[in-house]
Amino acid sequence: MSEAVMSEPLLRVENVSKRFGGLRAVDDVSFVAEAGRITALIGPNGAGKTTLFSIISGFLPPTSGRILFDGVDITGEPPYRLARRGIARTFQIVQPFAGLTTRENIAVGAHLSRPKRAEALAAAGEVAATVGLADMLDRPAAALTVAGRKRLELARALALAPRLLLLDEVLAGLNPSEVRDMIPVIRAIRDRGATIVMIEHVMQAVMSLAEDVFVLSEGRIIAHGAPQAVASDPRVIEVYLGQGAAARIAQPAVGQGASP
Amino acid sequence: MTRYGPIVAAVALLALVPLLTASNVVLNFLVVTFLIALAGQGWNLLGGYGGQYSFGHAAFFGTGAYVTAIAQMQYGVNAWPGFLIGIAAGAAVGAVIGAMSFRSGLRGSYFALVTLAFAEVLRIIASVAPITGAGVGTLLKLDLRPEAMQFQSRAPFYWIILVLVGLSMILVRRIEDSRFGAYLIAVRENEEAAKALGVNATAIKIAAMTASAAITAAAGCFYVQYFLFLDAGIAYGPWISIEALLAPIIGGVGTVAGPLLGAFVVKSLGEITKLATGDAPGLDLVIYGCVLILVIALTPRGIIGLFDRFRRGAAARPAASSPALPPQRAEEGGHV
Repeated sequence: MSEAVMSEPLLRVENVSKRFGGLRAVDDVSFVAEAGRITALIGPNGAGKTTLFSIISGFLPPTSGRILFDGVDITGEPPYRLARRGIARTFQIVQPFAGLTTRENIAVGAHLSRPKRAEALAAAGEVAATVGLADMLDRPAAALTVAGRKRLELARALALAPRLLLLDEVLAGLNPSEVRDMIPVIRAIRDRGATIVMIEHVMQAVMSLAEDVFVLSEGRIIAHGAPQAVASDPRVIEVYLGQGAAARIAQPAVGQGASP
Repeated sequence: MTRYGPIVAAVALLALVPLLTASNVVLNFLVVTFLIALAGQGWNLLGGYGGQYSFGHAAFFGTGAYVTAIAQMQYGVNAWPGFLIGIAAGAAVGAVIGAMSFRSGLRGSYFALVTLAFAEVLRIIASVAPITGAGVGTLLKLDLRPEAMQFQSRAPFYWIILVLVGLSMILVRRIEDSRFGAYLIAVRENEEAAKALGVNATAIKIAAMTASAAITAAAGCFYVQYFLFLDAGIAYGPWISIEALLAPIIGGVGTVAGPLLGAFVVKSLGEITKLATGDAPGLDLVIYGCVLILVIALTPRGIIGLFDRFRRGAAARPAASSPALPPQRAEEGGHV
């Protein structure tokens, strides 16, 4: 089995659970993100995707289970230390430093490896260019559009020069043409060597970007595979469209007339 | 150096005042104003830049003052090193209160209340502990020699406090231009986002509180050298906590010049009120309250914010139309 000697995945989530009182938000989830690839985490609202991200990025401690980054157990480490290890995240609800300019926002991330103010500000300019914010550099972050704020969220994380980038719905709230603009940006980040795990609802993006897809529903991983395979998996169709939906789709002519 | 030019220029200009007037009233007014500016600059570092609004900076002011006085009176330490010991003691108190508050995750009004509680506890301890002179207070021995940091005239005091204010402004400016400052402001703007970007928010806040406490403690050390008397109400009373936050909030929170500007306004208002009402007790506080409400309602970024708005307002007409110009020109070009 020479195949089994494959390189260790960059991120390995092992049997992670998170309970809030009686609610199992994340229930015995295991998944891996292979280095240099884009892995997508999809699932209906409330499936526990963002909770899982918060656990991986150190904002929430898991109730049980562990997380390995590059073979090292990082479970329970605080976010700032994970950032220094090379794990960056964006927030689903964008969290700009509203009183600062775009450049100053990005510079906070750039400071991680650049103690000097001038160097961090210069690096911020370069990062901004890669996500298309170059002409917004000296505008206050509060003045950015939704699409601009999503880009800013991405730029700040990129300024950390992360090895693992966790993107929490960076495409949500964008119109189709903005989504089309962002897809090459994300792909370029992967091409420069970062490993990406993305939570995404925009299926067009998942289909064109992701190499591996994990489907989360009610806190559990219910399917895993290549995007096309997952999209046609009856279990996946049912969690999105309801019980029996897969069967109805399979027999559209009969299903349409008969269903109430 | 242009970032420091205005500070140096302002200090140099103000340094001329004792050469122009020997009036004790004027000099005393300015010394007290600078004292508040210094205490306020300490508050401003933590509150203005770090977003952690303390209501108990008296804890640091009083510790600086008491330690300076006790070092001299009980342990025979010279006033100059005593001054530095006072600053160090204030910083230590800041580090301890900061570590306890921030590690427990206190924020916003909870943090404000806890700092108030610490200052009150220290006030009560100081009003009963024998080492502070308890209810009687502590008198510094009159020793009018520069070696004892006491002077015949007010001018040397004036220059000392002015230099301290200048140094505090330069320190805060340096912090503005540093990674530490960028992280501190990031914590103020959005702590969660800052953490995700590699900022150890707790450590940054504790460090800011320590530096903040040191600055405010320096004001306390100066107070006792200048007035030579201290009791628990002066050292740890709410008056200094209030003035230390009023000055930067009125002047411009999170700006280098805000505390000094605000101290001028606050102290001038206090004097005018006293003149107008014949020193009715507590009336100056009523006026402060009204001014504070007005400032927060009308110009949340203080007097400096007001200046900025005017400057931007003046620049707005040409500036606002300029981004629209190129497309207009293009349109005109198209029509022609």
